[in-house]
Amino acid sequence: MSLVSIKNLAVAFQTRKGEVNAVRGVSLELERGETLAVVGESGSGKSVTSYALMRILDRGGRIKAGDVTYSGIDLRKATERAMRDIRGREISMIFQNPRSALNPIRKVGDQIANVLVQHRIATRQTAKAKAIEAMEAVRIRDAEQRYSAYPFELSGGMCQRIVIAMALACEPRLLVADEPTTGLDVTTQKTVMDLVADLIKERGLSAILITHDLGLASAYADRVVVMQNGVIVEEGASEMMLVRPHHPYTQKLVAATPRKGAGVRDLLPEEARTPLPDKRPVGAPILQVRRLRKTFGAGANAVEAVKGVSFSIGEGESVGLVGESGCGKSTTSSMVVRLLDPTSGEILFRGDDLATIPASRFTRDKRRGGIQMVFQDATDSLNPRHTSARSIEDPLIRLSTLSRAERAAKVAETAALVGLPEHLLSRFPHQLSGGQKARVGIARAIVLEPQLLILDEPTAALDVSIQALVLNLLVDLQAKLGMSYLFVSHDLGVVRLLTDRVIVMRGGEIVEEGATADVMDRPSHEYTKSLIEAVPQPRMIPAEPLSANAAAG
Amino acid sequence: MAAPGRLKVIGSRLLQAIPVVIGVIIVTFILTRALPGDPAVYFAGTIADEESIQEVREALGLDKSMPEQFFYYVGDLLRGDLGTSLMTGLPVAEELGRRLPASLELTLVALIISCAVAIPLGILAATRPNSLADHACRVLVTAGVSLPTFFTGLVLIYVFYYVLGWAPPPLGRLDFIFLEPPRVTGFFLIDSVLAGDWETFWGAAKQLVLPAVTLALFTLAPIARMTRAAMLQSLSSDYIRTARAAGLNGRTILYGYAFHNAMLPVVTTLGMVFSFTLGANVLVEKVFAWPGIGSFAVDALVASDYAAVQGFVFVMAILFVALNLAIDILYTLIDPRIGFDAA
Amino acid sequence: MSDAALTPPRQRGALSHIGYVLRSNPVTMVAFGLLGLILFVGVFGPAIAPYDPLASNAANALQPPSAAHWFGTDNLGRDVFSRVLVATRLDLIISVAAVALSFVIGSVLGALAGYYGGIADKVVSRALDTIMAFPLFVLAMGIVAAMGNTIENIIYATAIINVPFYARVVRAEVNIRRDAGFAQAAKLSGNTDWRVLALHIFPNALPPLMVQVSLNMGWAILNAAGLSFIGLGVRPPTPEWGIMVAEGAQYIVSGEWWLALFPGLALMLAVFTFNLLGDGLRDMVDPRMRT
Repeated sequence: MSLVSIKNLAVAFQTRKGEVNAVRGVSLELERGETLAVVGESGSGKSVTSYALMRILDRGGRIKAGDVTYSGIDLRKATERAMRDIRGREISMIFQNPRSALNPIRKVGDQIANVLVQHRIATRQTAKAKAIEAMEAVRIRDAEQRYSAYPFELSGGMCQRIVIAMALACEPRLLVADEPTTGLDVTTQKTVMDLVADLIKERGLSAILITHDLGLASAYADRVVVMQNGVIVEEGASEMMLVRPHHPYTQKLVAATPRKGAGVRDLLPEEARTPLPDKRPVGAPILQVRRLRKTFGAGANAVEAVKGVSFSIGEGESVGLVGESGCGKSTTSSMVVRLLDPTSGEILFRGDDLATIPASRFTRDKRRGGIQMVFQDATDSLNPRHTSARSIEDPLIRLSTLSRAERAAKVAETAALVGLPEHLLSRFPHQLSGGQKARVGIARAIVLEPQLLILDEPTAALDVSIQALVLNLLVDLQAKLGMSYLFVSHDLGVVRLLTDRVIVMRGGEIVEEGATADVMDRPSHEYTKSLIEAVPQPRMIPAEPLSANAAAG
Repeated sequence: MAAPGRLKVIGSRLLQAIPVVIGVIIVTFILTRALPGDPAVYFAGTIADEESIQEVREALGLDKSMPEQFFYYVGDLLRGDLGTSLMTGLPVAEELGRRLPASLELTLVALIISCAVAIPLGILAATRPNSLADHACRVLVTAGVSLPTFFTGLVLIYVFYYVLGWAPPPLGRLDFIFLEPPRVTGFFLIDSVLAGDWETFWGAAKQLVLPAVTLALFTLAPIARMTRAAMLQSLSSDYIRTARAAGLNGRTILYGYAFHNAMLPVVTTLGMVFSFTLGANVLVEKVFAWPGIGSFAVDALVASDYAAVQGFVFVMAILFVALNLAIDILYTLIDPRIGFDAA
Repeated sequence: MSDAALTPPRQRGALSHIGYVLRSNPVTMVAFGLLGLILFVGVFGPAIAPYDPLASNAANALQPPSAAHWFGTDNLGRDVFSRVLVATRLDLIISVAAVALSFVIGSVLGALAGYYGGIADKVVSRALDTIMAFPLFVLAMGIVAAMGNTIENIIYATAIINVPFYARVVRAEVNIRRDAGFAQAAKLSGNTDWRVLALHIFPNALPPLMVQVSLNMGWAILNAAGLSFIGLGVRPPTPEWGIMVAEGAQYIVSGEWWLALFPGLALMLAVFTFNLLGDGLRDMVDPRMRT
């Protein structure tokens, strides 16, 4: 008998707009000692399925139909009291964004102790000692001191260890990990995932890993199920899933996952793969940054975010700026795009030093249109009160001399260029999907035909399949318009696809710089190596996944 | 490791109150001296002749320059001199000091009543959406803020005194058949207990019920609304899901986790509620002929007794600053994060 | 206007959007219906009042409500119904003027403080803190006492004590959007700082501000009525709700309830209406509510 058996599970949420069916007839089995990954994009119902298993659905959600059994116990019929004994004792869960998953105003050790006392593993007297043991078990050093810390005093990785310690404190048999690496830095992600994998092995746990990342799933799970719109579309052993995906959605998802050896076009579904445009030769430097420095605050509280960096970007070149959060890459790009004034240094754009012009004055400069930016979060970067057309038109209103009719024509032309259907032009941001918003943001950035475009993690908030489309769009636009790109990202897999050269930053300094292929394959700096190693390596992911059709044919 | 941080924060909160007090002094100074018109005429009262106006002018130092006047004003305040009341001929500070306990007793009892009702109601409404408590809470929150205190007071008097005859006549703190208890705190409820005089205690309590309920009705709405909103927010937080997934029982989650976090915004709201209460206090005291500083100020207003009115404004502001300080310090004690963002 | 090209369709959209908001929420519909009634009485009150609100008739004093005098008569024999109707205009003028003043002053101060931060923020915040350091009704009493006992001064006093509410909401709303992507994008599009503030950031602060406006309208009415209840501002025999309740108060203990009840109910109804308006107003100025 399998440990968990879910049959025809249906979950619905009562919302203001009526009932929404988040999960529509999902069936899956989990064997003892097995690690199962549930993969899907946002809204696929993967997390809801796991919440239903533990019966901790958010307000308004309810299990409409189906059977959920754990080790022979019918979880749908179990009393709330029985469920409480199962949660944390038999089935435990760890979450994304660990910092917010912990009670902000309670000592982390006490939170673990609460769970131990609840499940009568410890008494009030022994709880502290047991909690410290649980913390040590997840390799927390100085557990005794950390016991009295509050979540805000700990790093994200440490918070996740606490959450894991809490989950495993009562020695459950099943661990459900819901996007456990989301909200953590790249190198921390790797450490946390390896820790979870070790603990699963060590204790012989069964596990369900919920993730949007097929690479992560295949690296850590025995078996993978793929969900889309509340149903399971495919299920199989993890290595087979990547090599021979059967369902078109899985094929799309597998294709869209960035991987070693695959080009940007390989991310698209086969039928959409047009030939890659010819790469223009890189011309003379269009941007030269010299000894750029930024210090925030003054006196004892001064923080030097960028410590004198120098680099250049040639005409038509794509340069990646890579590093973890806090490395100074965003500060650097803000200065280059002239939203932020540097403390010292030069920003030569086609020979003119723009650093001497204050950011507040540069907005009206005639060179303003030459440097534009695509923002990280498309939702946040569009004015909620402006239609798509108005957003795209805004730069033209302020910085061009075009008449109203000419502006409208230009907006339509640019929208066509980024693949935004005309009927979407009259919509407000909240009426657009994530991918559509990203296109509006790109259209606005290129409507003035800039020579340099700064891309600030433009796909970070997007699902992989949308990311694939946007990345390809960016490649095509560059070929058509001859822009130079400064691509700011923490995601090496994406940077590899899009850039000619890459600059690695850490602690406000450049630690490595070189042709993308060289840096990726033969990193010289230790830090670069650790960044590259942190990208989950799927067990066997070919550059060109065979589709079921191809295999059959 | 949190303790020194917190002490530091409490110290810095105390320091932050200083500019606020200076601001209060400047504003009251402007209200008394710097506005158009001749303050001497105001302070001397409506029946004063030319000579007494001149006397007042010299006594207040109004013949001096503004900075000098400010200097004298601050000096007077430091000595506790708020001027002399025209109505009674006694120092304003003494008049206010004598009446303050009556106002404080009313305000505190009202706040206790309103917290005792509003917080459980807010919690119930948040934990049982669409239940009776939730609907009651919603009605109360919308209707409660629409109630003019002076009007609710009158309605309560009509119903409970005139129609039902349950309440004593709305005339002050104690019916004349009782003797005031010997003054220790100035709070009749406490003083009568200290004196072991239970009859007086009940007499005082009966007088207090209607005005306190009137005032409490007014403050119920903001507290209930905030409690409900804060509970809803903390109940939908990620850490509640973690706690549920760990199998903690409902009570621990509700009180140990959700309510504890929800208290933070509720405590912050209390500051605003105090402001409303102290203001509404004036109206309630007038309606119930309550011998506190509010009804004193209203009488002073009608009699154009400026020193008394301005003294009242100043005392109320200082009282309010002190209450806010107490709230800040309470907040610091509940929220461990406070000691660190300030440091 | 440079964006005039887009205005006509948007205006049509705005009207139908208002219709949509009204239809989708019955509470909003009721609130706007009541608002219409109050405005109507405010404008036409003196014309539709059955009696002269100031005409006393000693023979007919303290009569309970009847067919001739719906709300009864007061101690001077004046018709309470007529006085309640006529009072609407004065109460509305005081509260609308006060809220309009504090809205404008508070928005400007809050926007500058929230956008520029630094010294501007410190000065504005300090000034607001000083106002908020007083129990607000008490401060209003002090201001009216010092500036003189007139209706204009009631308006100024009510406006001053409301400024911090608007300024704080606007400051917070502007501040969280100061570095929002769309504000930065607007700068890259060539908008100067003040344009970013006035055309991009401030309009997005409107929805929460509308809730504040509606709550404050109610509060301003209560406040003004409270001041006149304790004898400030409006003087008898002018009909005004607060002063009518005050005049009726002394008759409550002898059972003549109608003198205070009807003006009190009118006051409550007005405040209640404005409090209900909040969500509807917010939805109307929020494009995200459009479908």
